[in-house]
Amino acid sequence: MSEYIIKNGHVFDPVQGIKGDKKDIAVKDGKIVESVGSGAKVIDASGKTVMAGALEIHAHVAGPKVNAGRWYRPEDKHFDSHKKPGITRIEGGKSIPTVFKTGYEYARMGFTFAMEAAMPPLYARHVHEEIHDTPIIDEAALPVFGNNWFILEYLKNQEIENTAAYIAWVLRQTKGYGVKVVNPGGTEAWAWGLNCLTIHDPVPYFEITPAEIVTGLMAANEYLGLPHSMHIHQNDLGNPGNYKTTIDTLKLAEGVKPKNNFGREQVMHSTHIQFHSYKGTNWGDFESGAKEVMEYVNRQKNLTIDTGNVTLDETTTMTADGPFEHHLHGLNHLKWINVDVELETAAGVVPFIYDPDNAVFASQWAVGLEIPLYAKDPMRCFITTDHPNAGPFTRYPRVYAWLMSQKYRNERLNTFKKADKVIGATNLSGLDREITLYELAQMTRAGPARALGLMKDYGGLKPGMNADIAIYNINPDKFPSDGLAIEKAFANVACLFKDGKICVQEGKIADMGHKKTFWVDAKVKENKQVAHDIKEKFLRYYSINENNYSVPESYAPHQHIISVDATQ
Amino acid sequence: MPKDVTDVICPFCGTLCDDLIVTVSDDNKTILGVKNACAIGAEKFNHQRLPGRVTRPRMRQADGTFKEVSYDEAIDWTAKMLVKSRKTLMYGWASTSCQAMSIGHEIAEKVGGIVDNCATVCHGSSLIAIEDVGVPSCTLGEVKNRADRVIFWGCNPAHAHPRHMSRYSIFPRGFFTVKGHKGRKIYCVDCRYTDTAKCADEFIQVQQGYDYELLNAFRTAARGEALPDTVGGVPKEKIIEIVEDLKQARFGIIFFGMGLTHSMGRNHNIDIAINLTRDMNDFTKFAIMAMRGHWNVTGSGQVLGWQYGFPYAVDLSRRDQARHQTGETTSVDLLNRSEVEACFYIATDPGAHFPVDAMISSSRKPTVTIDPHIQCTTEISDLHIPVAMVGVETGGCAYRMDNVPIETRKVVEPPEGMLTDEQLLTRINHRVDELLAKGGA
Repeated sequence: MSEYIIKNGHVFDPVQGIKGDKKDIAVKDGKIVESVGSGAKVIDASGKTVMAGALEIHAHVAGPKVNAGRWYRPEDKHFDSHKKPGITRIEGGKSIPTVFKTGYEYARMGFTFAMEAAMPPLYARHVHEEIHDTPIIDEAALPVFGNNWFILEYLKNQEIENTAAYIAWVLRQTKGYGVKVVNPGGTEAWAWGLNCLTIHDPVPYFEITPAEIVTGLMAANEYLGLPHSMHIHQNDLGNPGNYKTTIDTLKLAEGVKPKNNFGREQVMHSTHIQFHSYKGTNWGDFESGAKEVMEYVNRQKNLTIDTGNVTLDETTTMTADGPFEHHLHGLNHLKWINVDVELETAAGVVPFIYDPDNAVFASQWAVGLEIPLYAKDPMRCFITTDHPNAGPFTRYPRVYAWLMSQKYRNERLNTFKKADKVIGATNLSGLDREITLYELAQMTRAGPARALGLMKDYGGLKPGMNADIAIYNINPDKFPSDGLAIEKAFANVACLFKDGKICVQEGKIADMGHKKTFWVDAKVKENKQVAHDIKEKFLRYYSINENNYSVPESYAPHQHIISVDATQ
Repeated sequence: MPKDVTDVICPFCGTLCDDLIVTVSDDNKTILGVKNACAIGAEKFNHQRLPGRVTRPRMRQADGTFKEVSYDEAIDWTAKMLVKSRKTLMYGWASTSCQAMSIGHEIAEKVGGIVDNCATVCHGSSLIAIEDVGVPSCTLGEVKNRADRVIFWGCNPAHAHPRHMSRYSIFPRGFFTVKGHKGRKIYCVDCRYTDTAKCADEFIQVQQGYDYELLNAFRTAARGEALPDTVGGVPKEKIIEIVEDLKQARFGIIFFGMGLTHSMGRNHNIDIAINLTRDMNDFTKFAIMAMRGHWNVTGSGQVLGWQYGFPYAVDLSRRDQARHQTGETTSVDLLNRSEVEACFYIATDPGAHFPVDAMISSSRKPTVTIDPHIQCTTEISDLHIPVAMVGVETGGCAYRMDNVPIETRKVVEPPEGMLTDEQLLTRINHRVDELLAKGGA
């Protein structure tokens, strides 16, 4: 493999604490190294910003509901759907891009890893088929557990060991990465058309509460010592007044200690917390609850969050929170897809237009920006758009620009049609913080890498780490005062290295890289009870045979397996 | 010693039964028996050993007869046809694997093909309706475990999906449905008294062509609005009685088929059936599902979906953009207007299913058909390339009617030297690359 030396760039690397100093980065055999020979190819990065490749911690980019969104929205292909010159395939879609476009667009923005946020185990083969076809970026997927019958039955009796053994089995069958929870209990209730809106609402028939599910799954996650923590989409998403339920859920992590060999410090990752930080009692008196939620998050070191920034676009919402999508369809009356998945979960899809003229949507935009601006520890707060729910991931450059320039975001805030109402209902106008390049590297690189248990290889530029490097046309000494210029720079990397290969050059795809699929193999003691229960459930309740459930090796030809041993 | 291969996935219909047991000979070459399959599914396996099976490509001669040619010759001829034609219809895909489709799409993108699948003459109208109004649905296991009201509308699984009723929809006992069929109320709505109707608790005979009106009446009744005395031949009292019963369901499901998609109103019939389902969710839990017929047609829609964003009739002839427009990029319309310069058929038999005029148009164009068997389309093709049977002689991914993917199993070896779809398409793809690098055919 070729050797490279990236010279004279302004390096931002939280792993080594480098804050924009000029430093050369050497690359050899796919890794960052101390030094390279004189024959190494020189990349001149003078006047540019150098960071590690970015990590997406939560996006819906592959699988059944994403694809349902694609093919039931032909209108989404009206925008930006062309093949670009060069080696790329045809690109299609705006809010739900095709797999080719997904890989290219992440790479063009400097990303090298993306986590598919919700994989229904029964549909794992579909998720992996799409991941297989997504070029360049490494990916992994989180199977959903919060409404799974096995889990509900085990946790009703507080059987943590059985829960853990079952999770380990599912991770192996589905080539999954960790424990995702979506509207715990509420989605099972939705199979009867019901929901759980607080953490104490009992789940019909199973007689367990969301609080018990969350507590039990956190315990099982730490019992296994998985690289990532339990990753939760909380109950009561998107409703005025939900910030209390949000804090109630976060409190469940109090006293729980992380136990893992990956340097992960949190026991709960609470995703798209923007959607969970609302005060008020209805859409009329709706207010931001970001301050209250972030005050709590800032105090609790064993929590991480991601934002879920509303980007004010037309998009396509999709979530395993089935009852929420039904509720949303009742609000906007746009076309509704629902799929209930036997024994496991559900999903819904509804297109959504975040019209900036609407005071609620504009306020949601403000809440999303308040969250990172209130965050005291950028290593625990990550930027997402919950793609495509709050907006497409391709809007990250704009979100960064809003966060990095008070002027830019105030221009937006003050020109809303209902600016007075939005300013009154939110705290954004009073926030003068501007996120720095170093903080951005924490929120998009080092932070998510640590939270995902990938800090050994990802999120930094220390010798020995993966040579995933993004070089941006940004001179920190002359940081652009114009928001649009910031956006432009983050939308198209000057250069992206993935595993030591140049995959993007001046925004143009140069190489398809060597994409890997990550999954976690957790070893547990032989568990006859769980083996029996699995056999029984497949025999009696599943619609496919146990032997046809697993994801074959061929679906992830370049797999990277992270092993954990919970037998001790 | 003959041996049993278990958990085999049936390669026939969209039900994708995955509990077949196939007995194969010691040398892995011959299928000796099939258990658990329906009559049609068993016949799929039995075809494998039928005498007279074509094992090498056949090229049409000037005198109209076929002559055996090598795979190399067949691949070269196909690649040249694809490169030369400015617009090629690449239709079928429903009996092959998703992996093979993926390679086919790569070829189509290079040569400017139009990729279409059997939905175009089947559930295409359902897909149009879903593009318009969405669809509340579920997996088949949900029906088995929860459904206590099941409606078959314009479909006849007793013949088309023979094990559907026993595996998922009428008879099985599930978690919340311990009484099996006794705990379910089954309705069948059709213009004919079908064998499925015989299994139903109640048969509602709708006047032919009045499905839309009857569905509309159901919605009206659900909202408590006034109805005329009869709708589509069904008395008002009956409609109200049924709707009130459906509201009592804990979990209801509508299965629909060609009787809705291809009768008067077409996509609008599906549209209103979906809207009825949506309305019912205001009272209880309700779902609706298309009875997808041809084995992996659902998979073709999925792969096209994640690669181009449309479920069928994907026009790549611009080479830099995917287009999808029913009536314009759909196979029958393209053939009727003679808009394509060549035809590439794979893993289905349009000769048996397309309107005669369309096939007359097709027969005048250079045509390649890739299929394990001699069928109607091979007989009007210039070139027939036989391949291994997917799900019998090679594995690969297929999607069930509820979009659940299952990796199928290889149970026996294909005839000596015979290529699989994946191998064949890979070689055609390489040959296309060579020709394009040289500047054309």
